Amino acid sequence: MSMTRDSILKVENLQTFFKTRTGLFKAVDGVSFDLQRGKTLCVVGESGSGKSVTARSILQIVDKPGKIAGGAIWLNRADGTTVDLAKLDPRGEEIRRVRGREIAMIFQEPMSSLSPVHRIGEQIGEALRIHFGTPKAERRERVLDLLRQVEIPRPETAIDRYTFEFSGGMRQRVMIAMALACNPQVLIADEPTTALDVTTQAEILDLIKRLQQSHGMAVLFITHDMGVVAEIADEVLVMYRGRVMEHGSVDAVFHAPKDDYTKRLIGSVVRLEHKAEIRLKRADIAADAPPLLDVRNMSLTFPSGLKAVDDVSLIVRPGETLGIVGESGSGKTTMGRCLLRIYDPQAGEINYRRADGSSIDLRLADKPQLKELRREVRMIFQDPVGSLSPRKTVGQIIAEPLKLAGMRGAELDDRVAELMQQVGLEPAWRERYPHAFSGGQRQRIGIARAIAVKPRLIVADEATSALDVSLRSQVLDLMMKLQDELGLSYVFISHDMSVIRYMCDRVAVMYRGRIVEAGDTDQVVNRPTHDYTRALLSAIPHPDPRDRRIQNRFRYVAPTVPANG
Amino acid sequence: MTDIAQLPPATETDIDLRDSNIAVAGQWRLFWLKFKKHKIALVSLVVICCMYLIAAFADFIAPLDPNATNARFTYAPPQGLSLMHEGSFMPHVNQLKMTLNTESMRREFEPDPAKPLAVGFLVPSAPYNMLGFIPMETKLFGLVNAKPGDSLYVLGADRLGRDIFSRVVHGARISLSIGLVGVLMSLLLGVTIGGISGFFGGWVDLAIQRVIELLRSIPTIPLWMGLAAAIPVGWPPLRTYFVITLIVSLLGWTNLAREVRGKFLSLRGEDFVTAARLDGMSEIGIIFHHLVPSFMSHIIATVTLAIPTMILAETALSFLGIGLQPPIISWGVLLQEAQNIRAVAQAPWLLFTPAAAIVIAVLSLNFLGDGLRDAADPYESV
Amino acid sequence: MLRYIARRLVFAIPTLLAVSIIAFIIIQLPPGDYLTTLMADWASQGGAVEAGTVAAMRERYGLDQPMYFQYYKWMAGILLHGDFGISFELGKPVTELIWSRLGFSLMLSLLTLCFVWAVAIPIGILSAVRQYSISDYAATFLAFFFLAVPDFLMALGAMYVMSVWFGQSVGGLFSPDYVDAPWSFAKLLDLANHVWLPVIVIGLGSLAALVRIMRANLLDELSKPYVTTARAKGMSEFELLIRYPVRLALNPLISTLGWILPAVISGEIIVSVVMSLPTTGPLLLRALLAQDMYLAGSLILLISVLTIIGTLISDILLAMTDPRIRLT
Repeated sequence: MSMTRDSILKVENLQTFFKTRTGLFKAVDGVSFDLQRGKTLCVVGESGSGKSVTARSILQIVDKPGKIAGGAIWLNRADGTTVDLAKLDPRGEEIRRVRGREIAMIFQEPMSSLSPVHRIGEQIGEALRIHFGTPKAERRERVLDLLRQVEIPRPETAIDRYTFEFSGGMRQRVMIAMALACNPQVLIADEPTTALDVTTQAEILDLIKRLQQSHGMAVLFITHDMGVVAEIADEVLVMYRGRVMEHGSVDAVFHAPKDDYTKRLIGSVVRLEHKAEIRLKRADIAADAPPLLDVRNMSLTFPSGLKAVDDVSLIVRPGETLGIVGESGSGKTTMGRCLLRIYDPQAGEINYRRADGSSIDLRLADKPQLKELRREVRMIFQDPVGSLSPRKTVGQIIAEPLKLAGMRGAELDDRVAELMQQVGLEPAWRERYPHAFSGGQRQRIGIARAIAVKPRLIVADEATSALDVSLRSQVLDLMMKLQDELGLSYVFISHDMSVIRYMCDRVAVMYRGRIVEAGDTDQVVNRPTHDYTRALLSAIPHPDPRDRRIQNRFRYVAPTVPANG
Repeated sequence: MTDIAQLPPATETDIDLRDSNIAVAGQWRLFWLKFKKHKIALVSLVVICCMYLIAAFADFIAPLDPNATNARFTYAPPQGLSLMHEGSFMPHVNQLKMTLNTESMRREFEPDPAKPLAVGFLVPSAPYNMLGFIPMETKLFGLVNAKPGDSLYVLGADRLGRDIFSRVVHGARISLSIGLVGVLMSLLLGVTIGGISGFFGGWVDLAIQRVIELLRSIPTIPLWMGLAAAIPVGWPPLRTYFVITLIVSLLGWTNLAREVRGKFLSLRGEDFVTAARLDGMSEIGIIFHHLVPSFMSHIIATVTLAIPTMILAETALSFLGIGLQPPIISWGVLLQEAQNIRAVAQAPWLLFTPAAAIVIAVLSLNFLGDGLRDAADPYESV
Repeated sequence: MLRYIARRLVFAIPTLLAVSIIAFIIIQLPPGDYLTTLMADWASQGGAVEAGTVAAMRERYGLDQPMYFQYYKWMAGILLHGDFGISFELGKPVTELIWSRLGFSLMLSLLTLCFVWAVAIPIGILSAVRQYSISDYAATFLAFFFLAVPDFLMALGAMYVMSVWFGQSVGGLFSPDYVDAPWSFAKLLDLANHVWLPVIVIGLGSLAALVRIMRANLLDELSKPYVTTARAKGMSEFELLIRYPVRLALNPLISTLGWILPAVISGEIIVSVVMSLPTTGPLLLRALLAQDMYLAGSLILLISVLTIIGTLISDILLAMTDPRIRLT
């Protein structure tokens, strides 16, 4: 074994296998890397790449039935000795002395990764009790100190609170404090910001960076987000289906990738950094064309008193895509659902211009009118699993709106086949059930259902959020192709600025139920006028290691704190 | 976490490699595939089907009239049924030799291996109507050329010399059907009330939930006892039967109602239901095209698990003497005979034969219900 | 916390009211009122019934009044004077008959609960931690078996085994010598000697249910991410198990008290009948068979009230152990 002095963790040919009923699943197959003191190594890959299992293998906390089948994990300890973690008994005392003390770990879901019935102070201080037997009073002091380090406000009261009393970002801070308790040499972060909003993510990334510097830790950072990699990594390991595709410095991986998979991955991320090509070529939409949809002062307050949609006004012109961007809780989904009257807004107008030029207020439409209008205004849902009934075949799902519109027999069959072809699915698959399709294919089914009755406007709610990045642009391209073929207009709701920039002509930024800024996409992205938009844009990780931005980001503080945070 | 949840990784390319059989498998196929893996449940399903068949064809299967008394054979012990006699195949029972124990003044029976009584299958019998309307003069099995003094008590006789086996077989009719009828009644109540609760929501839901909570917080036995005791003794058996079933199902519907309501509420929020609404489907259409198919399997599982509680309730009430009364034969009524521990000590088959029938029925139904419940959501693991 | 308890208490009031109405309905269910039965009895014994007596009794119980008024009278008697009415069959006030029996019922139920919990939790934990082991299969099978055997069969079986195999007569809570003896240490010992069998018999069904629930809960909790977090801290597997998943799996178990308690009380009643224990069970059965409705109704009312109080206590207990309920 060769190990340089700076190397703290050296993984050699790691293999972690899962014995399943259908056979042996090689989640991690021959992974090697070297983690240097004070450096950040990012392991990046799409879902199912084995990146998370790799991280867990190091501490031997892989979920059943996973087992390390081969390879070595050399830990260079502070006292100069080395130990092969892969050889230790996963239930034994030796590996336990490493866990939490020399190598600490933080996880993706801070809510479920913390116990809901123990006070956070207890949970943070536990590692101290286990490893050092620190007495109670001293432990409390140390925990308070840790809470201060992770910048949790009012640590004296926070220490006795429970996880559900904190927001997502604060919970992740608690997790970090817990990991820091014993001053570990290595921090393994398993997708720690995936469940967080982009502005919160930027803060957590900042915090980890700062703590890494002050504690001199090595960080092994697991993520699927190439932007995050570019912002924080020193070294990058690209994984695909349990194997390492590429390993190198962050600059080399981004600017001179050697492996095809890496190239494709970076390609699909970089593609989303610009406006789609077919949109660049297209002629501008006339600004004076009469709008298809003209929403004025729409408001919706839930019975709980939450003002989910607050005085929203927007227009959608024929043939254009209006993006709605905002973080979780901004009311963007509720707003989209109001347009289809899934929710009933209490005030305002939703004026929709029909094909014959007449205008109708959707908010006041009665049932028969609504039934008719919902054939012209359709919806694409976020969740490709929940939005398709598992009990119907794909053919039945796509045929449903047609049947309800009165289509029958051979005409119906032909139309379903045509639709499937249009969205890139084999018509022969019509007898299959949704469970036989992947996420991207399911989303195509959802699109086919939406365009079946020849609509004029489609509200797409986070249509690509559940998909891996390489599939995302494919689905977006499909949507734009259909837009041009069928003359559709879209209201495209997303939390992800890059997909908005990729496909939207104009964008409206939502924050706490209100639209704070709206305009042409180029203008909003490049010259935002509202501070919130600036903060949102500057918090987005930029997939270029030569141009790291989030550390110098713009921070937005809401002027007042309304009740609906 | 995410890696494990998505084993094996599904990407655009490898989808075609998936089993095309599974790809076109509908809900009930998947349900069956998943249920089949649960071996004990599968065996239980067979047992339950056999029991209900036995109950249906009780007249044909029971060798003796369940109400025929025979003073000679008071508390006769089980004669068993042997298939081989002196090396050759000959189904037979051994004749019982009776002696009078002068000390205890009791009859004592001794099987006599020297006197085998041949048992034949499909033997002629007194005429009866199978299932109540098919005239028959054959029984599944019985003594061949029975002479006076011969007896066929496979599982023993009771105080009046009635055949326990025949009585248990006939008792299955009442006990098993009460489970089924009771469940149907509570299904009707549960689905209607649960559906109303889940569909309307608001204060209707709140009120119904409070009532359900109330009913569940009262101990069932005293309530059943109170209601059952109010049934006049003079009522005809059939009416008593239905009222007892009603009483038993009166408390059984709450679980079903909860299940239905819970499913209703969680499904109403699903995107595919919203999608159907946007497609222009009416509320009734949504209920029958989307909601009902989605919770059908859950209902079947819950119903199966509710049957044994009904059976147990009837048994308990009849045992206490406030449920069904003789001459109706049910397992609970049979157990009334076993209330006296002295009688049981002398003739344990009074207790253990009907008890075994009850335990086997309830155990199988529970295993079956458990298997069905596990398979109720076949989309979890696909 | 106090607000939560207060809210629960307020919620219990309509429940109690409803229970009292149900009990009253049961009293009223048998055709005719009690006096018709009584007069028939007296007449059959050849005694003449004085019109004045009947009228006085009708007045006393408000039998000639409308139903709601009778209910009001009954409830007012209970709440204001602790008067549950009179046992017609035994000719004594109901209160005289029930208290000691209610006490034994309560004792038996509490003992059973303790037994059930003390045994079910360890077995459930073992079964979950060693999932798919021989002991898990054994525990699972036994649990299913005991769920399938009704209480009274269990009681009969136990009595059969005790009398045939061990030659002991079973029944009652005391040996004949101690039944009427004043309380003493020896009597207590005698009670302990008798009480374990009914406790086991009543408890086995609920025990089986609880083992299943504990196993399922714990299996759920064992796969939660916070277990991995605690493991990543370096905690030993045993400490981890007890501090986190077991601790969390106990919460839903506490909430099962709400139905375990009614089940235990139901079981206690029927087992007491079989084993002739001096509790409410045999008294209730006798009262029902004799249509001694004030006695029966009062018993049903008191048993239900006890159960509701028990459920209330379990709710409060749950709030104490689970901050999610307490604080939100």
